Amino acid sequence: MLSYLINGISLGSVYAIIALGYTMVYGIAKMLNFAHGDVIMVGGYMAYITSSYLGLPYGVAILISIAVCTLLGIFIEKLAYKPLRSATSLAVLITAIGVSYFLQNAALLIWSSNPKAFPNMVNFGTLELGNIRITSASIITFLSCVVIMVALTLFTNKTKMGKAMKAVSEDKGAAQLMGINVNATISLTFAIGSGLAAIAGVLLCSSYPNLTPTTGSMPGIKAFTAAVFGGIGSIPGAMLGGIILGIIEILSKAYISTELSDAIVFAVLIVILIVKPTGLLGKKVTEKV
Amino acid sequence: MPNKDIKLVSVPSPNFVPERDLGKPLVLEVSHLGIDFGGLTAVDDFNMAIGATEIAGLIGPNGAGKTTVFNLLTKVYQPTRGTILLNGKDTAGMNTIQVNREGIARTFQNIRLFDSLTVEDNVKIGLHNSMNYHMYHGILRLPKYWKEEKAAHEKAMDLLKIFDMEDMANAKAGSLPYGAQRRLEIVRALATSPKLLLLDEPAAGMNPSETAELMENIEKIRDTFQIAIMLIEHDMNLVMGVCESIAVLNFGKIIAKGTPAEIQNNPQVIEAYLGAKKEED
Repeated sequence: MLSYLINGISLGSVYAIIALGYTMVYGIAKMLNFAHGDVIMVGGYMAYITSSYLGLPYGVAILISIAVCTLLGIFIEKLAYKPLRSATSLAVLITAIGVSYFLQNAALLIWSSNPKAFPNMVNFGTLELGNIRITSASIITFLSCVVIMVALTLFTNKTKMGKAMKAVSEDKGAAQLMGINVNATISLTFAIGSGLAAIAGVLLCSSYPNLTPTTGSMPGIKAFTAAVFGGIGSIPGAMLGGIILGIIEILSKAYISTELSDAIVFAVLIVILIVKPTGLLGKKVTEKV
Repeated sequence: MPNKDIKLVSVPSPNFVPERDLGKPLVLEVSHLGIDFGGLTAVDDFNMAIGATEIAGLIGPNGAGKTTVFNLLTKVYQPTRGTILLNGKDTAGMNTIQVNREGIARTFQNIRLFDSLTVEDNVKIGLHNSMNYHMYHGILRLPKYWKEEKAAHEKAMDLLKIFDMEDMANAKAGSLPYGAQRRLEIVRALATSPKLLLLDEPAAGMNPSETAELMENIEKIRDTFQIAIMLIEHDMNLVMGVCESIAVLNFGKIIAKGTPAEIQNNPQVIEAYLGAKKEED
């Protein structure tokens, strides 16, 4: 039971890191970036290529992967979403789905659909406590998730860039009239979210070493669920939602049914949204009359 | 209540500024400004000059185009015609952020504070461009981050002192009473260190004693910061009491300009506000 719980927390931490990206972009740009999951996949491939083909050390491979995804995120925003800044949210949503398919198919063309065996980049042995074995990947995944969440919270609350993000999310026009560069602020948000996606890609593939062009899509959707579950727009909410989701998924796989685990995850989401429509830590929006 | 004895002097006609500001560069010089929305001309042939420390009023009936003028000056709309010189610099092709950096700041008719941020953080948004540190300073919390944030904190507190709002610094802006929100908007605009402050109906919704206090504060701000202020207002006590020059806008065109005393006695202005006198049979 305890080892399942640990696996759940580890998987949940990956969801949490991805969910942080979703929640940041939603919180500031007020859009659902459905291509976020596929940036994870690109991150995975980048780390794989740089380490397995170019033979670079894992640390360097991870850094390159983060850099490429950060640039990719900025590029996607500039090219696909920025022209739609004043369009309806539906148009932006459909564009995001388009970008998602584009990335998947581009990956299919470049790397084919053959699964790549991803090396465990965060393998430093296994911790054994009695009869429980905790892999270093689990520990590192959980720790990076906590560090990232704390850093992001401090960043958004305590720095001028973070405050500018909040201002932009509330009122783009007023922020601009106070001299805030709205485009740069939104770019920064995408850069951070996509950089996190690369980290999530490396951690995910280190635990589940089967890299294909669709690797990112299911974790992406689950992380989106986690973000909604925790209250979309809330940074601690994304982490809480991610970890709870990971635990539910692993426990239902272990005790109920592997086939039904996804259905159970989404059923829990539906129940939560019925009981608390803004998610666990979501802010209540009161309409001023 | 017309203000003391104001003397307006001509700078290149048809504009004038208070005698005090003669010889100093104009903070704003607008000529033949106009904007069309589709076929509708919202503002046309708008001319105005504002001296370095002038308090200017822009009045007119509802829908006359007053806020549109503010939106043109701040580049929320790009003008169809005319030029706007800000401190002698042509603002053609500039965007909102650039004119803000050149020295225009404003408040809004319907308050647009960042409600979920604290009072202090709202002011710090105004100070954003004067805080000089990079992202990595902020993430790694390097000494430069602490130094700049501390300076910004002190600056924000100083600015809040103008309206005795220091003790509200940690409250959420959205939770402030209405009058305080209006004052905070002025403080936030001042934080961008403007040379020209645009106030869009600063006294809207205020009671007479709050309005009286606001009038004192407008003059205090001008004296302390040595900046020009242009305000849109319907409260004639405030306009006549604090403005040195007034322009009256009707149907997008200036119908009169002058000192408060001149404007009060101008038949065209009276007609615009009260309607034309019917011919007696």
